[in-house]
Amino acid sequence: MSGPARTPAEPATAPALEARELEVRFPAGRGRWARAVDGVSLAVRPGQVVALVGESGCGKSTLARALLGLQPVHAGQVLVDGAPLAASRAGLKAYRRRAQLVLQDPMGSLNPRMSVYESVAEGLRIHGVGDEERRVAEALGRVGLRPPERFFARYPHELSGGQRQRVVIAGALVLEPSILVADEPVSSLDASVRGEILALLLRLREELGLSLLVVTHDLGLAWNIADRIAVMYLGRIIEEGSTDEVLGEPKHPYTRALLSVVPEVGRLEPVVLTGEPPDPAAIPAGCRFHPRCPLLRSGLPDEVVTRCHGRALPVLPVQGPHRAACHATDRASADS
Amino acid sequence: MGPGARYALRSVASGLGTLLFVVVFNFFLFRMLPGDPIGLYTRGRNVPPEQIEALRAELDRPLLEQFVTYLANPFASTINSARYNQPVWTLIGDRVWATLLLVGTAIVLASILGTWIGIRAGWRRGERFDRVSTGVTLTLYSMPEFWLGMILLITFGVGVGFVPGVFPIGGIITPGVDPTSLAGVLDVMWHMVLPVTTLMVVYLAEYALVMRASLIDELGEDYLTVARAKGLMDKVVRRRHAVPNALLPTVTLILLNLGFVVSGAITVETVFSWPGLGLLSYDALRGPDIALLQAIFLLFSIGVIVANIIADLLYAVLDPRVRA
Ligand SMILES: Nc1ncnc2c1ncn2[C@@H]1O[C@H](COP(=O)(O)OP(=O)(O)O)[C@@H](O)[C@H]1O
Ligand code: SF4
Ligand SMILES: [Mg+2]
Repeated sequence: MSGPARTPAEPATAPALEARELEVRFPAGRGRWARAVDGVSLAVRPGQVVALVGESGCGKSTLARALLGLQPVHAGQVLVDGAPLAASRAGLKAYRRRAQLVLQDPMGSLNPRMSVYESVAEGLRIHGVGDEERRVAEALGRVGLRPPERFFARYPHELSGGQRQRVVIAGALVLEPSILVADEPVSSLDASVRGEILALLLRLREELGLSLLVVTHDLGLAWNIADRIAVMYLGRIIEEGSTDEVLGEPKHPYTRALLSVVPEVGRLEPVVLTGEPPDPAAIPAGCRFHPRCPLLRSGLPDEVVTRCHGRALPVLPVQGPHRAACHATDRASADS
Repeated sequence: MGPGARYALRSVASGLGTLLFVVVFNFFLFRMLPGDPIGLYTRGRNVPPEQIEALRAELDRPLLEQFVTYLANPFASTINSARYNQPVWTLIGDRVWATLLLVGTAIVLASILGTWIGIRAGWRRGERFDRVSTGVTLTLYSMPEFWLGMILLITFGVGVGFVPGVFPIGGIITPGVDPTSLAGVLDVMWHMVLPVTTLMVVYLAEYALVMRASLIDELGEDYLTVARAKGLMDKVVRRRHAVPNALLPTVTLILLNLGFVVSGAITVETVFSWPGLGLLSYDALRGPDIALLQAIFLLFSIGVIVANIIADLLYAVLDPRVRA
């Protein structure tokens, strides 16, 4: 398969953005907690595109928000350039100039009462950056809204979906960030403009050296743009590696099931996942995937089955060799 | 012509259309009442014969002719109020200021206080301020106006137990005091305390609840998350993004209530014998004083329609989406 050129991992430099055994919990009533993010380690190196993939509800957005300091964490750490994210207001504000967020629904991401110019200029005003008009025009030009001046006075409702998402991206870029977290950046757009927006994100990575974390439920999309892929299931990363490794030789039965229904790949027997949709307030013991695991159901040695049911799997190390949290398919996990 | 101008024209035109309908309806409604019109308009009061003659001359003209005269100037009614034996519009003109003072003050205070409560409660939904204020506003909202007025009147006007009745129990000014003197102004304010409080509490509860609900609607919006992600402080996110957008429904409500300024105070004015239009309407209804009712009905309708037009126009100023 031929994806885009991959930048190999460079273990020497500190990741631009990193999560270490991060946990986020929400009260789920009657004294219970929903462990939306349940021990996640993840890293995005400078200039890298990492795709965070998983079913809806597995905790991707919560993790993204936590990485941006928008969500209180219960345990664990967020590191920026190798240093823990500052808890002070000033430290957080400085971070928010460096890391920007793009969300799924561009209509909802723009204040309906603010013009394009005001929306894009907002970040500059917050951080007291001068030369506002030139920077706004430049950001709009960069995302392909040209001539920029023609868009200044427009309002979100006057734009198409693709144009709106470009405005959102311009609003993020205007602060010249080094990290961009994009949560399902194209899933609410028409199929025809999806490719354009993805191409734009990749071009920005090239031009500006952005580190990109793209959250998506679509493995095909991840295959198209990512250097590395992290697959998330029920609050945990269950497989991580380079795109070629993860999609070329998926280890985890969950990744295989996801991949089997991606038309771009289309070489695996389609696996339909059965069982109840996972509930973060009741995470199964042992391997959290075991109630739905097709591999387990198809028959495994008794000794492995016991572990699937009873032994929890360790949090995968970040950006190492291709790893999966599975007793049956990953030797390192099985040995731990 | 831009979309904004077109929108403005459309809302003014539809407002004027409604107004015309009301004016016409007002004419025929009161002329279709059963019974002898003279008897209806005078209610068997001692009316000087020359006035009866004038009235008969007016009402004996062909209906169409009367209608044309009326349409030419709906406010030039020649028929006197049966109860007060004065031209109806003179009566209304004398009374309108007391009502504007009472209701205007109550609405201004209630909008400020109500929106403030709604914002605080909605922003920190479920926390203590929200639980307490929502409980209180819901209770106040469900309280009948006259009942609340009576309670205040008895407690603070008449006095209960050790609570002395310090406030006047009715009227707008102590007889004999010059309303243009400083003492007169203070005296009027003193008289306003209880009726304004009653009316304010009723409006306030409504504004607070609407403001809270629309702010909560707004809280889930992604653009607030994006603004926070850009580094905007929570307080500023609230002030600059969430509140202005959530204000729209509340502003509309306040404006629409403004349309009821003239009519809204019937209960409170009656409880506190406040000499405004509300009390006048109450008296006119008791009569019934047909000529007066007709004029009041017209005035109230105009108030509501004009407020509607203003609300429409302001909405367009506040929300760019409407102008499209
Ligand atoms: N603010 C919140 N309060 C309570 N539960 C939440 C909240 N946000 C997310 N959750 C729960 O956390 C889990 C993960 O949600 P989310 O991160 O949105 O998943 P994804 O983005 O992968 O679809 C879900 O079960 C969701 O119901
Ligand atoms: S550990 Fe067992 S249950 Fe879990 S994915 Fe692997 S085989 Fe399936
Ligand atoms: Mg999500």
